[in-house]
Amino acid sequence: MVKPGSSLRSFWICAAILVVLLFLPPVIPRFYTYILASIFVTSLLAMSLNMVVGYGGLFQFHHAAFYGVGAYTFGLLLTKTHLPMLVAFIAGPIAAALAGLLIGWFCVRLIKLYFAMLQISLGSLLWAIAFRWYSLTGGDDGMHGIPTPSFLFSSTHAYYFILIVFSVCLLLMYLILKSPFGMTLQAIRDNPDRCEAVGVNVRRHQLIGIIIATFFAGVAGVLFVVLEHSVFPDLLFWILSLEVFIMCLLGGWFTFIGPVIGAAIMVSLRTFVGIYTQYWTLILGVLLIFLIFFLPEGIMGFISAKLGSKPVEGIERAVE
Amino acid sequence: MLRVENIYKSFGNFLAVSGAQLTVGRGELVAVIGPNGAGKTTLFNLITGQLKPDRGKVVFKEEDITRLSTHLICRKGIARSFQIANVFPRMTVFGNVQVSVLSQQRQSNSLFRPAYTMAVKETEEILESVGLIEKAHELAGSLSHGDQRILEIAIALGNEPELLILDEPTAGMSPEETRITMDLVRRLAETKGLTILFCEHDMDVVFNVAQSIMVMHHGRTIVQGAPDEVRRNEQVQEAYLGDEDA
Ligand SMILES: Nc1ncnc2c1ncn2[C@@H]1O[C@H](COP(=O)(O)OP(=O)(O)O)[C@@H](O)[C@H]1O
Ligand SMILES: [Mg+2]
Repeated sequence: MVKPGSSLRSFWICAAILVVLLFLPPVIPRFYTYILASIFVTSLLAMSLNMVVGYGGLFQFHHAAFYGVGAYTFGLLLTKTHLPMLVAFIAGPIAAALAGLLIGWFCVRLIKLYFAMLQISLGSLLWAIAFRWYSLTGGDDGMHGIPTPSFLFSSTHAYYFILIVFSVCLLLMYLILKSPFGMTLQAIRDNPDRCEAVGVNVRRHQLIGIIIATFFAGVAGVLFVVLEHSVFPDLLFWILSLEVFIMCLLGGWFTFIGPVIGAAIMVSLRTFVGIYTQYWTLILGVLLIFLIFFLPEGIMGFISAKLGSKPVEGIERAVE
Repeated sequence: MLRVENIYKSFGNFLAVSGAQLTVGRGELVAVIGPNGAGKTTLFNLITGQLKPDRGKVVFKEEDITRLSTHLICRKGIARSFQIANVFPRMTVFGNVQVSVLSQQRQSNSLFRPAYTMAVKETEEILESVGLIEKAHELAGSLSHGDQRILEIAIALGNEPELLILDEPTAGMSPEETRITMDLVRRLAETKGLTILFCEHDMDVVFNVAQSIMVMHHGRTIVQGAPDEVRRNEQVQEAYLGDEDA
């Protein structure tokens, strides 16, 4: 159940932020528009992961693989075919969701770390294909100068496009998490055995959760291409999966908006600290230690616990 | 309604259930008793599909359900509670019951309708009937042990079962809580016409409530019958009542 007051307030806060974001591009330097767009793309990826990690309790350890599938599908269709942009745009997420179905089908048969290990190996297989199939994917160089439609060519237009798609996806994910499906997904996270005993087909439910999450990861992949006009194998590399996972932990994986905070921090760190030193991951390490000791539920988890609107009880069980 | 025929289950070399038999008629309140380790929980897990038997059969409404998976057995009309409080700790009391009502209504996969508008009346009715309605918005994980056990029963009721199975519903409860819980069980059987199968290691709790009692010892069924009959049974006195005096 929701407290109507607090959700109405959140709604107005989101609306206000959206309006501000809509009016930003003319007044801030181009570079910052680019960074913001990059944060939206990464946030979408992190939130899609959090659907299955924070809300689903699954060990989805190679989420970037699906991001990459979305990006490559979109990029390849635009480069090698003359299909309309809309088709390519929809094909990206669908290809990602199909990969999610295929890999997820095996993974939901295992639990916890076994689930994670299988997913890392199957996901790495996709990475290997992108890396090795030189004639199709351009191998480790990837593909550059992908011809996105002309209306997206200016960075301001790309910004608006990404912002709108990001907002729509956010809304959809929110609705899904508040639906009976999302609620049951959280119940499975809390206690899969009990859920099975109330008549829920736990594996199938988890699999559907993975398909939805990988679909949104695919959308994020498409948006990446819209922003960068290129794809490369690093998009499916496990390091990126780890980074996205850390974003969820950092921002707060039991909160809806937490991953956005985590993504904003990571993208900013990489951009602004990464300029001065390639050891920005060192700062990340320190941040993580701080996190583990002081904010075990992440930044948003901490804030909402302070505001008294968020349960903190029972975390041990959920994390187990 | 439910018939367990000569069922066996071993863990490694250890026979936890060896040839147990059980019959539950429609509308009956049946108890399984036996000391700790007798195999009661294992027997219930075999009925509801958490475990698969090595041998033997479980028949529910004349249908063999032995090999069905847990969630399908639940959909046939058998719901259960667990011996160790087994709730959804990060969800509200209301949400805990709602999840099972939604599952019963086949709505668990519905994607875009807001859950908080759904199954509200049914959920509130159940919480009312077990006396948890005032705590509806508390987190399940923050309830007292006794209340969590009651919530367990409420979750099971969400499935509108024909047969309700309760694994030591009063385990770890104070005498007062035990009384309240057994009153609840009896009331559910009477007002909702539910068929209830429960187990207990405490004899006193059982003889007041149950219409039929099955006595288990070392995984075997010693006898099943009316309370008086069971009380008089020599084997029972030897195996069970004797134990308790010692
Ligand atoms: N998963 C398991 N693995 C090994 N032994 C088990 C398992 N579950 C139960 N047992 C053993 O089976 C016996 C019966 O246990 P149980 O059915 O829980 O008894 P009860 O519920 O009557 O106290 C006990 O000796 C217990 O140690
Ligand atoms: Mg037991």
